[in-house]
Amino acid sequence: MKVPISWLKDFVDITLPIEELAERLTLAGLEVGGIHKIGLPGADLEWERDKLVLAHLLKVEQHPEADRLVLATVDIGAAEPETVVTGAPNLFEYVGQGDISHLGLKSPFVMEGATVYDGHAKEPGVKMVLKGRKIRGIMNRHMLCSEKELGLSDEHEGIILTATEDAPPGTPLLDLWGDAVLDIDLTPNLIRTGNILGVAREVAALTGQTLRYPDTTLPSTEGVPVNDQLVIETTEPELNPRFVAILVNGITIKPSPYWMQRRLRLAGQRPINNIVDISNYVMLEMGQPNHTFDWDVLRRRADDYAGPNEPVKIITRLAEPGEKVTTLDDKTHTMPDFSILVTDPKGNLSIGGIMGGGESEISDASQNVLLEAAAWNFINIRRTSQALNIYSEAAYRFSRGTHPSLAMFGALRGAKLLADIAGGVIAPGILDYYPHPAETVTVDLPQAEVTRLIGIELSVDEIKQILESLEFEVEISQSPISNLQSPVLHVTVPDHRLDISAEPVTGRADLVEEIARIYGYDRVPVTEMADELPPQRNNLPFEREERTRDLLIQTGLQEVITYRLTTPEAEVRILGQDYVAQATYVTLANPSTPERSVMRHSVLNSVLEIVAENSKRHAHVELFEVGHVYLPNPNGVGEAAILPDEKRRLVIAMTGPRSEMSWLPTDAELMDFFDLKGIVESLLDGLHLDQVAFKPAQHHAFYPGRVAELEINGQSVGLMGQLHPYVVEAYDIQIEEDQPVLAADFDLDALLAQVPDLYAVRSVPRFPPVQQDIALVVDETVPADQVYHLIMQTGRPLLTEASLFDVFRGEQIGAGKKSLAFSLTFQSEETTLTDKVVAKQQQKIVKRLAHEIGAQLRG
Amino acid sequence: MLDQLENLGAAARTELNQLTNGSTLDAWNSKYIGRKGEITQMLRRVSELPKEERPAFGKRANELRQELEAEFAEKEAVIKAAELEQAMAAGALDVSLPGRPVARGRLHPSTQTLRRIYAIWAEMGFQVYRSRDVETDEMNFQLLNFPPHHPAREMQDTFYTTNPDVLLRTHTSPGQVRVMRQYHPEPIRVILPGMCYRHEQITARSEIQFHQVEGLAVGKGIRFSDLKGTLINFTNRLYGQGRPVRFRASHFPFTEPSAEMDVQCFLCDGKGCRICKYTGWLEILGCGMVHPTVLRNGGYDPSIYSGFAFGMGPERITMLRHGIEDIRYFWGNDLRFLEQF
Ligand SMILES: [Zn+2]
Repeated sequence: MKVPISWLKDFVDITLPIEELAERLTLAGLEVGGIHKIGLPGADLEWERDKLVLAHLLKVEQHPEADRLVLATVDIGAAEPETVVTGAPNLFEYVGQGDISHLGLKSPFVMEGATVYDGHAKEPGVKMVLKGRKIRGIMNRHMLCSEKELGLSDEHEGIILTATEDAPPGTPLLDLWGDAVLDIDLTPNLIRTGNILGVAREVAALTGQTLRYPDTTLPSTEGVPVNDQLVIETTEPELNPRFVAILVNGITIKPSPYWMQRRLRLAGQRPINNIVDISNYVMLEMGQPNHTFDWDVLRRRADDYAGPNEPVKIITRLAEPGEKVTTLDDKTHTMPDFSILVTDPKGNLSIGGIMGGGESEISDASQNVLLEAAAWNFINIRRTSQALNIYSEAAYRFSRGTHPSLAMFGALRGAKLLADIAGGVIAPGILDYYPHPAETVTVDLPQAEVTRLIGIELSVDEIKQILESLEFEVEISQSPISNLQSPVLHVTVPDHRLDISAEPVTGRADLVEEIARIYGYDRVPVTEMADELPPQRNNLPFEREERTRDLLIQTGLQEVITYRLTTPEAEVRILGQDYVAQATYVTLANPSTPERSVMRHSVLNSVLEIVAENSKRHAHVELFEVGHVYLPNPNGVGEAAILPDEKRRLVIAMTGPRSEMSWLPTDAELMDFFDLKGIVESLLDGLHLDQVAFKPAQHHAFYPGRVAELEINGQSVGLMGQLHPYVVEAYDIQIEEDQPVLAADFDLDALLAQVPDLYAVRSVPRFPPVQQDIALVVDETVPADQVYHLIMQTGRPLLTEASLFDVFRGEQIGAGKKSLAFSLTFQSEETTLTDKVVAKQQQKIVKRLAHEIGAQLRG
Repeated sequence: MLDQLENLGAAARTELNQLTNGSTLDAWNSKYIGRKGEITQMLRRVSELPKEERPAFGKRANELRQELEAEFAEKEAVIKAAELEQAMAAGALDVSLPGRPVARGRLHPSTQTLRRIYAIWAEMGFQVYRSRDVETDEMNFQLLNFPPHHPAREMQDTFYTTNPDVLLRTHTSPGQVRVMRQYHPEPIRVILPGMCYRHEQITARSEIQFHQVEGLAVGKGIRFSDLKGTLINFTNRLYGQGRPVRFRASHFPFTEPSAEMDVQCFLCDGKGCRICKYTGWLEILGCGMVHPTVLRNGGYDPSIYSGFAFGMGPERITMLRHGIEDIRYFWGNDLRFLEQF
């Protein structure tokens, strides 16, 4: 909201420099996002006090040499008048009228040497220094200027020309129109400060000043009382609790006075005419949106539906099914059935609290107007405004809560200005439909509550003073209520404070916040919690997840975090059409982009998209992600029936040469299944999971024969292997032909659930080990880990380790065979082993393998 | 024969002095003083001498051999040293060449920031509590004092799902209600990290998902002054000891009083710069005393218990600390970005 300081000063004295005031407001929750100074010291364009002054217009004559220029003679409070050459179009009507000083026209006068904005510059903010020069033969030193040249607005159609400024000639413009505008960002709870008076009230409380209210005393009335000419009926008093109307006759439509135009522009409103401007002015000034109907239009319609001598009838009611309203911006809206309309028996007139209708709008021919100020249910206005996508100033205020008592205040203020400025005559009486006046909220606040919640010690008088500065009424009672042994403040909440709850505990907290805010958060002491420490709780799922991350980065993997929103179509690439066709997704009702419309079922899909993106620039990509998938579970009970299972997955994806390029010889071979397996083994080892098995598996997304299912303690936790070339192609991963892309996709919850709390450490052997190599020829179909497990089973306990160091295939051993070479380590914890003992053990192994899987010792 | 011996000695010395490398040293050694060397041979021939001459000859021959051995050792040391010198000179490296690449894994920058936050809060007794991403409207809004159609909901652009009661959490605050319901009436100190979602366009400045870390303390006698003290302790750790902070009044439906905490801009030390929009302050977290309605919804009597809550954005913190100007980098996961952490 834009708050001109000059307007603020109508209601409160400003005792602080503007920057300090802005800081105080910011700390109190009215965040001043910017200060726009006009003419004042510190402004982008500083007005020189003695070079920019107010001129009174005396005479306008045609320039003898130029049709489009005039000579304006003005009084600037000096001994002699000054004459200025100007092309301002709004002066031409005065040419030839001789002395026009009786018209009281004033204009800003800028002297030679002063700096102003260049009115003709295309870009804003271009400055120029005024220099005297001859214009068509006549020397010109000074100028009359436009709003744009002064930096008041972008207006450059003509010079500022006003008859409604009372200051004497020669008054420095700085004193007259120098100003600063605060740009305040308001949180939704602060709508009470969404107007100048509301900000003034905060300023008064924060700086210890007294608030002045706008003048609402009406001049004398004339004519037929409004209540004899108008009846009101509302079918929904809940949605339209109050309707106030004042009839003003004989207004003259014309531009509003310059001071009002200037304020409206500074506040961000474009002046239209005096009637529209007054309506906006009242809303900006004290927060009550209001509407002016052309009374003669309403009257003519009443002639039709009721007859010439019958009163006008206004009905506020819900929209009928499919009812359409054409608003004053010429748009036609189909109204939702919960929206409320201002109507008469002939049809609708306006959308209550949101926007007026076209037909009854004020026109240049309007003479008599009906000023309406009403109260509307804020939730209903918000719903209607959202449904229609109309975010008017009125809807903004009503949808955040405007108290019904403001309706009368706003109507009176509007009528006062219509009489003063538009020359209207007010019809006697005020129509006030207010069947159920809002109850006044009172809250009992024990003094101790302030100390308990804020940690400051304030006397009851200090608390009372703070609350009263915000217009709360306070009575102090020394008798303790209930069991609270502290004085109690009985607080009556002013009407504009819709944010203070009538519910006792919340109401107390609401008041405590106000006390802290006005006292100043910066003055609240800084303390340490003295409360008892909560018990510390075991959190293994979290700790193990972090351990998993650490183990994976130790293997050289880069962690990624991806979007958890995707599309079913994207996931088809990895999950397959059959899966996706049957899957239920958490689906967004309002996605912001079509590529992010459901919560994912596959983390691998997300990670492969990242692999593909990086593969455009990097040969070597090795990534992992720990993240969730979201699996709806319609058979769940209670909350679980509508909320998905959120399961943690661990995904690894890698491709490219084993090492980064270097000037030194490196391992440039492409990573394969066993690089991935090595990483997985390293992770499992780090988590002290030893009962693991890699079982051959089959899956449509993986390369046949190059995929394994990982089992831990006999429980499957997911798949790992080389991706199917079709999958690689579907993700458009940029790689060499036949380059493997490896991936693992594990159920991390299941995996981490197997992690032992404790693991035992073997003592370091005291006796030397004996190493023996052994090469065994087996059928191609025998898996290496079966051979390994048989060796270990047979050789234990003396055999402590068997590591595979060579796999050989070739003619020498025959087709369909392979040779597996193991390095065996024998070691005893009791003695140094002899060759004889070791040989015997080895024989046992060979015999067992020959027997079980037909293994032959290779010669 | 003694003359012969002395001549031999002189010849050996001359030859030794002329030696320049290791291989000729070995040859000299075997020629003169080795097992079959000429001095050794002379010694063996002592029997050819008359008996009375034998002791003098033997003594001299042994002396000579010891002298030559000592001279040889000396010469050998000199030559070896020279040779080493030469070898090292030839083996000088271009130390400016890059080292062998080592594959170093890295945590995502958000994880790195999250871990710093966890570590600081853990030392103050705040444990990690995690809750779900997909939430009910009740948990995300109603129980946090956002009634349906309440204007405060406009502050949070929400992703709703096809089930009108289910949405993607817009903040980690629903976890406040969950943790309170789980632990009441015990005191609570937790932080709640997690991914949150907002209906936004994806631009350099706004994202549809982002992390948040919320904190919650509930107990008897927790005051706004404690909130200030605790958060100042935190900012001292994360942003530097003694860096000025300020608390501004603000509004969140689930806290009251509510505040925004600003830290003096650490990029310009408060002088004003583009990042702090020339205010000298950076907004780093929102906080406040837990609203009585929320305490009640969590199972705590607000007339006895009180508490405070705060929330911060790890991505925003990371961006400020590293001068990152495009939030899309975080989920873009371009290695050229990630590898800089
Ligand atoms: Zn800065």
